[in-house]
Amino acid sequence: MIDAGRMYGLLVWTWVRAAAQYPVSMVLLALATAVVTGLDAAAIVLLFSQAPRIAGFGSSEVLFLYGTSALSFGISDILFGTTERLGYHVRQGTLDAMLVRPVSPLIQIATEEFSPRRFGKLVPAAAALAFALARVEVAWTPGRVAMIPVMVLSGAAIFGALWVLTAAVQFVIVDIHGASKSLTYGGGFLTQYPMTMFARDFVRGVTFVVPLAFVNWQPALYVLDRPDPLGLPGAARFASPLVAAALCGAAALAWRAGLRHYRSTGS
Amino acid sequence: MIEAENVVKSFTVRSRSGLLRRTRTPLVAVDGVSFTVAKGEFVGYLGPNGAGKSTTIKMLTGILTASSGTLRVCGLDPSRRRTTLARRIGVVFGQRTTLWWDLPLRDSLTLVRRLYRVEAAAHRERFAELTALLELGPFLDTPVRQLSLGQRMRGDLAAALLHDPELLVLDEPTIGLDVVSKATVRDFLERINAERGTTILLTTHDLGDIERLCRRVLIIDHGRLAYDGALDELRRTVDADRLLVVELERPGPPITLDGIQAERVEGPRQWLRLPRSANAATVVAELTRVHQVRDISLREAGIEDVLAALYRGDRAYRRPGRPVAP
Repeated sequence: MIDAGRMYGLLVWTWVRAAAQYPVSMVLLALATAVVTGLDAAAIVLLFSQAPRIAGFGSSEVLFLYGTSALSFGISDILFGTTERLGYHVRQGTLDAMLVRPVSPLIQIATEEFSPRRFGKLVPAAAALAFALARVEVAWTPGRVAMIPVMVLSGAAIFGALWVLTAAVQFVIVDIHGASKSLTYGGGFLTQYPMTMFARDFVRGVTFVVPLAFVNWQPALYVLDRPDPLGLPGAARFASPLVAAALCGAAALAWRAGLRHYRSTGS
Repeated sequence: MIEAENVVKSFTVRSRSGLLRRTRTPLVAVDGVSFTVAKGEFVGYLGPNGAGKSTTIKMLTGILTASSGTLRVCGLDPSRRRTTLARRIGVVFGQRTTLWWDLPLRDSLTLVRRLYRVEAAAHRERFAELTALLELGPFLDTPVRQLSLGQRMRGDLAAALLHDPELLVLDEPTIGLDVVSKATVRDFLERINAERGTTILLTTHDLGDIERLCRRVLIIDHGRLAYDGALDELRRTVDADRLLVVELERPGPPITLDGIQAERVEGPRQWLRLPRSANAATVVAELTRVHQVRDISLREAGIEDVLAALYRGDRAYRRPGRPVAP
């Protein structure tokens, strides 16, 4: 685990240095990202701060929900977002090159082309959260304050697990669509590509939208001191870290199963 | 170094046979291959496209798991101990780089050191040695994607050898290279095999590689081992035809002579294939008697013809005891 973290850090550092080889382009891209994400953040804050009460939640409370979940998603995207390229690596055969290195291919894919620019994705979420925290009416207790980082990190872990799960699913999807690299020599697959895209987007939609409620809805109810409209037991409000741990375990198993599948089929 | 016993790899190929229906066809890519490679050997692994070469390489390096049979590389089961094995072998795919596309070559090599946990002092020495041997100096600071194919291949070789592996597995390392780059790569491989005792397994379609480098060849065809032995012996055992190139004074109809017929005619030039049984001297004498001949040359079968004969399914040369495909 520590070793995995070290390798992750090492690869990230290498990619960042590679990006720094082109300082002008890096600065320009960073500026572009800052402008785009800044506009995003402004739009979101504007939209929510003008909105009337939604389902009994005030605008700053809705913004709090948005900010925490978006921040969780942003962090997971920074750490694992590129794992969705797995299908591409399988088709290109570049996964094989990763498999002959003494480092987990998951780490290699996750760190691929890591650029400091990725942090730009956090700007709108962080801005929205900061804005919400400044305005939301909450009787702050140590528990509620501590819950905010816990819910953001648990959420990031849940989303991270989902990234890995969707990647693991691609091992199978690519195979179902007959992209047997070692057998078809790459031919005849292009026509099936849209199907894979469709399947991937479908899988993404389902996997990211459904657990969203669990990521921050329950802990947010605790922070905002709201009763649960669904009437789940109070313990559910503190279950996020457990859900995160369980999902991470499931993702690790799925990844291993996917990799085993790949190595037995070579697709 | 490598012990393969009755290794089988079969796949299931799914293909569309209707709107929703798919058919599953089992396909045996490697069908019971057995061989051993001793430390320090330089072995060529040959076979036509689709014969099972790449699949074998992938099983040896732990990328694919064998369906059955036992496989040991450096004493390890490659599929179970892939990561451990990765530290002890070097792998180069000619068709794709294992380097980081956007990184300068120098950074790629530094990263390789960290990934393989090579000590700094050992790395410095090895880096200097490889840089000199492969003449990497001029493009060390160029991103890999800007390198020419020959430069990239040399970079890939350096990356695969920085951790001083016991076994080097090369999958078509000279594909697409120009003559000079090919020569550099071949010289280099010959040298590390001779000087460092690195065991090398090489797959290639370039028979120049084989003639130049490999004392022993393994030939796989339809997933089965068709030949395992010395290159010279292969040449002797295969009954390859000789080719007689005749240049006549003026263009004429295809020559026919004692059952031998010109198989190709280009203006005054004609190509005649002589079976082993034919006496070249008699044929030449007959030719010059009947035709106005300006020039004649006789070509011995090269390794290419030998392999072509082999791949065509002329199986008479198979060694006894080898499984013979139906």
